[in-house]
Parts: sequence; C-alpha cells; structure tokens
Amino acid sequence: MTLMSLGLVRGLVGQVVGTLIGFALIIIGRLLMGYDDPWYAEGAWALGSVFGTLGFLVGVGAMDDWFQWMVGRFPPIHHGPPKGKPAWTRYFGVDYNHKIIGIQYGVTSLVALMIGGGCAVVFRTELARSGLQFLSPELYNTLIGIHGWAALASILLGVGAMANYLVPLMVGADDMAFPRLNAFAYWINVPAIMLLLGSLVMNWDSGWTFYPPLSTRGSVGYQLAFYSIYMIGLSSILGSINIIVTMLLMRPKGMSLFRMPIFCWAMLATSLLQMTATQTIGQAVLMLSLERALGMGYFDPVSGLATATPNGDPILFQHIFWFYSHPAVYIFVLPGLGIISEILPVFARKPLFGYRWIAMSSLAIALVGFLVWGHHMFTSGYSPYLRIPFMLSTLLVAVPTGVKFFSWLGTLWGGKLTFPTPMLFALGAISVFLIGGLSGPVLATVTTDLYLHDTYFVVGHFHATIFGGFVFPFFAALYFWYPKITGRMYNETLGKIHFWLMTPAFWMMSLGQMTVGTMGMRRRIADYEQALGGMINDPVTVVRDGANVLISHGLGKVEVGHIIITIAGFTIAFSVLLMIYNLFNSLDVGELAGNNPWRSRSPEWQIPSPIPEHSYPTPITVVGEPYDYGLAGSTYVSMTPAPGGDD
Amino acid sequence: MSAHVTAAHGAAHGAGAHEDSHGDGAHSYAIHLQHSRLGLWLFFISEIFLFGALLAARFYLWRDDHGAIVRPELDQVVGLIVTGVLLLSSWSMNMAETGMEYDDRRTFSIGMISTFILGSIFLVGVMIFEWGLIPFPGYTAHLKPWDGAFGAIVFGMTGIHALHVLSGLIFIAIVWRLGRLGHYSGEQHWGVEACAIYWHYVDLVWIFFYPAIYLIGHAVHH
Repeated sequence: MTLMSLGLVRGLVGQVVGTLIGFALIIIGRLLMGYDDPWYAEGAWALGSVFGTLGFLVGVGAMDDWFQWMVGRFPPIHHGPPKGKPAWTRYFGVDYNHKIIGIQYGVTSLVALMIGGGCAVVFRTELARSGLQFLSPELYNTLIGIHGWAALASILLGVGAMANYLVPLMVGADDMAFPRLNAFAYWINVPAIMLLLGSLVMNWDSGWTFYPPLSTRGSVGYQLAFYSIYMIGLSSILGSINIIVTMLLMRPKGMSLFRMPIFCWAMLATSLLQMTATQTIGQAVLMLSLERALGMGYFDPVSGLATATPNGDPILFQHIFWFYSHPAVYIFVLPGLGIISEILPVFARKPLFGYRWIAMSSLAIALVGFLVWGHHMFTSGYSPYLRIPFMLSTLLVAVPTGVKFFSWLGTLWGGKLTFPTPMLFALGAISVFLIGGLSGPVLATVTTDLYLHDTYFVVGHFHATIFGGFVFPFFAALYFWYPKITGRMYNETLGKIHFWLMTPAFWMMSLGQMTVGTMGMRRRIADYEQALGGMINDPVTVVRDGANVLISHGLGKVEVGHIIITIAGFTIAFSVLLMIYNLFNSLDVGELAGNNPWRSRSPEWQIPSPIPEHSYPTPITVVGEPYDYGLAGSTYVSMTPAPGGDD
Repeated sequence: MSAHVTAAHGAAHGAGAHEDSHGDGAHSYAIHLQHSRLGLWLFFISEIFLFGALLAARFYLWRDDHGAIVRPELDQVVGLIVTGVLLLSSWSMNMAETGMEYDDRRTFSIGMISTFILGSIFLVGVMIFEWGLIPFPGYTAHLKPWDGAFGAIVFGMTGIHALHVLSGLIFIAIVWRLGRLGHYSGEQHWGVEACAIYWHYVDLVWIFFYPAIYLIGHAVHH
C-alpha cells in the first residue's frame, strides 16, 4: 500500500494541481486579452479555489462513477473495505456506506471544532487583559472570522454526521437514497476546510458576517473564505436532498411518518431549511467574490457609471446574508433538540410527552425561521417600518420552542431517571438552551436591542443557544451512540468529568459574556478600555528617582469579567480534549458494550454492535409506537422477515 | 404507498442486496425512478432560492432617486431573439422526450440535436451581443460588469443563467450520445426525462429573468 492509494492524499494533490490550473487560466486569459501584468491575485485565487475544489474531488475519486455514467458504463456500488488494502483505509477514501460516511462526517466535525475552538482560545487569551498583548488587530479579526466559520463548518458536519449515520438506521432503510451523492457531499467539505485554513494565512478582517463595504476591500484571503463557505453550503444542499428522499421514500412497512423516531422529524425540518435557505449564502459570497474580482457593483455604494444610474447597496448584502444565516441557526439547533427528545425517554423509561407536538414544533420553527432575518438588522439603517413585523415574528419563535421545553419536562416528570453521561449532557443542554432562550426576547425587542445590538450580550446569547441547541446534544449523541458505532463502551468516569467541567464553565462563560455586554463591552473588538464598567483597583504609580513608575496596573470590572470568561473558555477546551481522548482511547480499551446497553426501542439498537455492512439483513416491520417505554408487552419494530406474497 | 414499494423492493432483491440504479429488472428501476424524480424536483425547489435571490437583488437595486423601478437601455432585438430561440428549444426538447417515450429514435435524435443547436445559439447570442465577450463586426455591447448596479445585475443574472444553459448543453450532449448507443428505451429513459425537465426548468427561469432585465421599469440612459 502506498501513500497515493489513500483517497485523501490523492485529493490534496488534486487540490494543489487544480489551484495551479485556476491560476494558469487567469494568467493565460489576461495574456490573451492583452494585459501587461498577467497576474491578478483576486481572480487567480477565486478561480484557483474553485478549480482546487474540483481537483480534490477528482483526485479523491468522488466523481469516478459519474464519469463512468457519462460514457455509458454503470458500475455497481462496491460494498465493504477496498480490495487489497487494510480495512481502516476506507475511512480515508470514497466509501458509499452511510455509516462510514457518518463517521467521516463526525471525525471531520471534531477536527473543525478543534480549529474553531483553538482560534477562540487564542483570542480569548488576548482579551483577558485590556491592552494589546500579542495579537495584531488584523490577526485578531481574522481569528474571530475563522473561529466563526470553522465552528459553523463543524456544526454542519456534526449535523451531517448524525443525519447520515442515524436517519437511514432509524427509518429502517438500507442506505441513503443516493449513496454516490452522499459521498460527494461529504468530500466537498474537506477541500473547503483546506481553503478556510488557507484564508487564515492570507488574512481577512471582517469577522464571519463579511459585511461590505469592508469585505469588498482588503487582503485576498477573503476569496478563499468565500469559496470555502460556498462549498460547505453546496454540501448542505446536496446532503439535505438526500436525507429528505431517504426519509420520504425508503421507509419499510409500518413506518408511518408519525412512527419515525423523533430525531427524523427534526432532520426533516432541518433538511427543508438547508435545502432552500443555503442557496442565498452561496449567492451572497459569490456576489462578494465577483465584486472584488471584477468590480461588479452589488454592495459598494460608490461604484457607479453616472449619477442617474443606480449603485450598489450594503444593506442588500445583509438581507441576502441573513436570509440564510438566521435559518442557519435553526439548522444547527433543530437536530440537537431532536437528540434531546430522543435521549430523554430512554433514560426516563417513559413515553416521550407529546410526540406529534414535538414533530410539528420542529416544522413550525423551520417555517417561522424564514420570516425573522430582519431582527439582525434593527440598527443597520433599513426601513424603520420593517422593525415591528420582524420583532413580532421573532418573538413568535418562542412558542414552538416552548412546546419542546414543556415536552421535555413532561417526559422527565415521574420518570425512573438514571444519569449516565448522555443523559447528563441532554439535561445540561436543556439548562444551557434555557439561558439562550430567555436572553432571546430581550434581543428580539427593538427597544432593548438598539442598546444591546453590538455588545457581548449578543455573544453570550448566541453561544448559549448554539451550545444548548447543538454542542451539548451533539456530545450527548456521541456518548449515546458510541457503543453502537464501535461496539465498546466509553469511559464513564471520564465522561462524567467532562460533563462536570464543561457545564458550569459554560454557564459562567455565557452569563459572563452577557454581563460584560451590559457593562458596555462591544463585540469584535481586539481591545477595550481598562476603565470600562468602572475600576475595582486603580493603577498605582510611585515617584522613584524623579519619574513615575507603575507598580500595579489596576483592575477594571469588565476586565475581571474577561478573566473569568477566559478561564471558563480554557476549561471548556480542556474538557472537550478529554472527550476526544476518551472516545479514541476507548476504541481499544473500552468494555464490550453488547447490542443494546441503554435498552432503547429504536431499530438500530436491535442489531449487532458495531453494525454490519448491511444494517438490516431483512426488511424490518414497524408494529407499534416508538416511545412506549414502560408499557408492558409493547413492541416497536419486528425484526422477523415480513410475510411474503403481498406483492 | 412508499412503505409498500420499499418493502417489496427489499423482497425483490433478497437479503441485503443493495442494487444499483441501472441494475436488474423493471421493479428496481421503478423505485429508483421514484427516488431520482423526487431528488431532482427538490433540487429545483432549492434553485428557486438562488434565482429568487438574484431577482430580489434586481428589484432592490434598480431604482431611481424616487424609488421608482428602472432598467438599463438594452438591445430589445437581441433580448427578443434569444428569448424566442430558448422557448423554441423547449418545444424541440419535448419532441425528443416524446420520441423516446414511443421508442422513436429518429425523432429523439432530431429533437436533441435541435435543442442543442438552439441552446447554443442562445448562449453564443448572449456572449456576443449582451456581454461583448466575443468581438462582432459592427456591434458594441452596452454594458460592462463593472458598470454600477446595472452591469452587476445584468451580468450576474445572465451569467448564472448561462452557467445553467451550459450545463444543460453538456447534459444534452451526453444523453444524446447514450441514446444513440441504445441506453434508453420507451419504458426506461430517466436520463432523457431528467435532461428534458432540467432544460424546461432553465427555460422557465429565463421567462422570469427576461422581463426583469429587459422590460420592467422605465429605461435610464447610462
């Protein structure tokens, strides 16, 4: 086995070659058009990013079968590990099994999480004290932008991991509807992450929102970031179409929509959002890229022909951007909320309270999610009459979200609760999401938002919703399905340490951020005035040898807040590393878990762990309700072959 | 209905037989046809948001100082001709698909070739006369991409649409060739169907784009 036989390595080589082809096309094009200087960095990096991604996909082999189709050959789908290579190599190349792809998504998600979290740890350290210690303002801004997009990529990959691994198993399907498209949708993320890392080297300083006119100027790193996001979005769109078709058309006998495990409903709502709204973020970054490379006047108000003709408008960008980026928040949290609803009944040994209400509340959140984007723009200078409708629609989100909270409480009420790590994380998620949820109406209300808009209060609110809605549930899911995926149990003690480090640290971080926000700390600023919010100790100077000598820097109130937030941030980062160690270490040393350690009713727990290549040897039949825990004699799925002769 | 089909699908292929889309038997084909159709239509729904964002940008930006909707002065003859050509191509594409449904190879072939030619005329027409990308004697194009919001939107909308036309042309070429090689039949021709509805979709998008670019609002000199 050589290094080049690994798909990932071939892909990376392909990305380099593709990027160079993109450069060459620009140079040749400009020479043909008679320019003196054939090199044009904006155009070269834009085209290089696109061709580099294509090069990766060709190199890794994600399009091999499609090229065969084009010439009229239709190779069958290969199952099992690649021939003549060790079994582990299938994780590093194109594989069409949804379980392999799910694990690929999951591991890549953790890698992106470490990139995003790493950036956060760096700039948090800078913020701990006032004054600039070791970061330049440009690098600080680049880091917050990369933190944002790497974390969002990690979340989308994590959603992809759960969707790919769990949805076909839960609905009882063989695999996804389009396995080749599934592999393609995963692999396009890898060159995208490479582009994001490249943009870190080349700098871009607008923060993750790319607001023009700042993003239409400045260093060329923007182009790499734009196409990174474009490709991640493309992955979302293709993946969500696959999920919807799988869920709607591949359910076995008896698996009616209202008998699907509740996570599937969450993924249906998520996929509808991903499939549609994602197009607009792709369009937004494409327009920015074209504006930078060709001077096309979408967003820059000063690029006009004559006074009579219309110019660009930066507000337009904010509309298009938030039309995706607000629904995106629901793309992140809906799967997580589904996981909470999935895990609670197992450890409460009680039916899920209000199954249909939860299912419908996911769809309602998705629907209302389309109508609220303007609440990000209360201070942007758009038409004031738009504020009230957007405020009302935003407050409306609290209704379906409240349905979920009451359902969780109803499920827990009177249950025989046990508290292994997945249950702890599900409960932690509820507590954290509550912090995020309660701070939401304050920001949705125009009168208060005008004061809080650009402060750390928003940062605290946002991180609480995302940690409560995605990160905690995702970790719960990792611990919960780990024995199913690997056949071994993670280390329970380390899992509990992870939880008890991370949860209080997160409360402290989030509430701390809201507090410094109300004291006047603005977001996306590399430095702040030490006296912000008032001083606790004033600086002390003494006169020595005729000169003033500083013997104590003093301590500001906001500064104390930042020190606490930074310590909490480091604690969270350390606890996540502990989890990653636990998950990898337990692959070898974990106790054998058996088929169904949690006594779950879901179909994927009724088959061996780890799951064989073909999950269900015969089609399953659904004969009962999914969450009838504690009801004597109730069955959900029947694994015996269905009686023949009905077709 | 779907549950029934999928269960039968599993039964038809025995234990764990993950078949391929071009495998065995009419039954497997019918199931994959159902999947592929839904997948393609979901993709169309998705793309509505792409074209919708462009239309929204057009109506947002193309306004004068009083908020009235304006448009650039473009060559109406060019616009009318390329639009007419594209509409005709949808008719020839329908001819090709109907031909294949009746196993009429000759009609299929004529329809596909006509659609390819008409689609190419549309694309080249836009490239020469609307973009000025290829020099044409005695003709100068109106706008450059960097000409304010007019240039940006005209090139953005026609550019994204032209990319779809180009991919449609490649799709047509591949399907035509596979059809000649005998890969489709009256009963099984998802490739032809997909190609045809994709082409109609791209055509339909232009029916919204054409008035948005050429007709709506009063013309402003640039």
